[in-house]
Amino acid sequence: MTVTAPADGSPAASLLEEGAGAGPDRAFRTVTLVAGTMVLVILLLIAVTMTVRAWPAFSEFGTSYFFGTEWVPSEGKYGILPLVWGTVLVSLIALVFAVPMSVGIALFVNELAPRRLRRPVVTVVDILAAVPSVVFGLWAFYNLLPGFQTVFNGIADAVAGIPVLNTLFGPSTGSSFMSAGLILALMITPIITSVTREVFATVPENDKSGALALGATRWEMVRGVVFPHSMGGVTGAVMLGLGRAMGETVAVALIIGARPEISLNLFGVGETMPAQIFRQLSEAGALLRSALIGLGVILLVLTVLVNVGARRAVVAVDRRVKGTA
Amino acid sequence: MTTDTATGTDPVPATRSSEVAVALTGGTLGAGRRMRNTAASVLMVLAFLLAATPLVVMGVQVFSQGIDAVTSGSWWTAPIPETGRADLADNEALQDLGFGDTSGGDSSASEVVLGMAPAIVGTLLTVLGASVLAIPLGILGAVYLHEYGKKGRLARLIRFMTDVMTGVPSVVMGVFVYTVWVLPRGVDGKSALAASLALACLMLPIVVRSTEEMLKLVPDNLREASAALGTRTWKTTVKVVLPAALAGITSGSLLAVARAAGETAPVVFVIGFVTTTNLGFLGQNTTLSAQIYSQQQNGGALSTELAWGAALTLVGIVLVLTLVARGISRRFQIG
Repeated sequence: MTVTAPADGSPAASLLEEGAGAGPDRAFRTVTLVAGTMVLVILLLIAVTMTVRAWPAFSEFGTSYFFGTEWVPSEGKYGILPLVWGTVLVSLIALVFAVPMSVGIALFVNELAPRRLRRPVVTVVDILAAVPSVVFGLWAFYNLLPGFQTVFNGIADAVAGIPVLNTLFGPSTGSSFMSAGLILALMITPIITSVTREVFATVPENDKSGALALGATRWEMVRGVVFPHSMGGVTGAVMLGLGRAMGETVAVALIIGARPEISLNLFGVGETMPAQIFRQLSEAGALLRSALIGLGVILLVLTVLVNVGARRAVVAVDRRVKGTA
Repeated sequence: MTTDTATGTDPVPATRSSEVAVALTGGTLGAGRRMRNTAASVLMVLAFLLAATPLVVMGVQVFSQGIDAVTSGSWWTAPIPETGRADLADNEALQDLGFGDTSGGDSSASEVVLGMAPAIVGTLLTVLGASVLAIPLGILGAVYLHEYGKKGRLARLIRFMTDVMTGVPSVVMGVFVYTVWVLPRGVDGKSALAASLALACLMLPIVVRSTEEMLKLVPDNLREASAALGTRTWKTTVKVVLPAALAGITSGSLLAVARAAGETAPVVFVIGFVTTTNLGFLGQNTTLSAQIYSQQQNGGALSTELAWGAALTLVGIVLVLTLVARGISRRFQIG
């Protein structure tokens, strides 16, 4: 009988076990149980209803849907690979910039900054997390893209004669994978920073002072003690950031340019899955609608997988820390 | 000789201790080690500046580009102006044909009564609806996790899936509500209520997790004291535990509200579009975030001004919510 759970075994609780008031208690427990299960119910509903609505596209196009390299709904071509490509590419660009930045900020706050600077720094990062996606998009569209275009084209001109680089860094109109990736980097930095900070905070103080006592510089202490201890947790943080980046919609929609294309030109126009859903769903005919909802299903599956991986990694850190304590 | 050997052995510990002392002050560090250490420190500061600078620049630019619209007097009360004509005046091809000019576009933008009231009302309405749906449910769910389920199998599963649900992209929530709510009802399904449903799905896991964290902070002594008086768990929870955690729960919920208020992706295709205020949960509506997006898509001087104004308004609302939440959680920290 765990009805009176916190007081298990205490005489008062066992005296009351089947006495007055047991009914309301059971009712309250049931209500909270139903509320708790809602998360599972909603997740299940999301997966099931969306899959059902997407089924026409899945069965109609079959492998040409999942492995088709052209997404041109007006011509009846529904191959999602260009959109998957855009999503993956943009997310990877975002990670390349966001991970070092986040780790740097986390180290700055945890190891370097004087105590009274910590709170302001954390506040700034939190505010960065609070800015709505669409505001990032609007700002980047009007105030950054012209500058990006100049810089990107400058780089493109500089590497024009170099074989691999001239493919990666081609001519640009401003809207591009790279622009979207850079803005995304800024947007996912807060989540990666905060998880990384938590992970760094679990490094035993003894290990750190031990390293310093042996004459290690602060950086050597970080490299020798903090990093090895935090590998798993930081991996989790990075995956959380990846999940965010993959699902980010409006900011990307505004600055990537809306051309579904498998292109290696990082400065070129592209498109991602969420952006395409966002643009098209409202006005789509039945078949396109089904194909777009299918994109939603795929996005759901991908982000759930990434997040499960991330949580596993973070939980593993938790367990190890509690095990040693 | 003996004194000689004594002085011979003496220097060894002496140098050691001086080495330690020097290492502590950084005096005899090799140039390479010292440089690497300094470089790492500089990079850490740089990382923070790399994130903070765009934030500051964005804040200044959103403010300077939106402040005229927001302070135009009619902003908070007037309907959203039709942007069609301003767009025409802004259209280069038409200008070439003699239909207006660039200054015409600007003057029409300043003659029009700028207003964003419908979107402000819509934002409040959708967020209110989402809060009513998600916050009580989330708090009850968290109560189950922490007061009843604890480390049980079901509670662990719910906890895990809540974390996973936090990572589900908001656009997917929008697609979900679109398929279960809007599609069966056609255009009539597009409403503030539909947007509230999508935002509630988004808020629910955030509220559950933040509330559970707060319940963890309530000392077990309180629960035991209450139980020792013969109080039932439900009453202990409602009268003792939840009040003790109230500040934290409020702050967590406010953060979820702030997040929902700023969301665009799940709102745009389930809410429709209006330019006049709709106070009802049914019927098409609009929000600040949806306006920013659609006005940006319109282009044109007037639309752009409206978009920046809406952006400043939205940032203001979200920032106030966030800072209030932080203030509350700082002032009422338990333990």
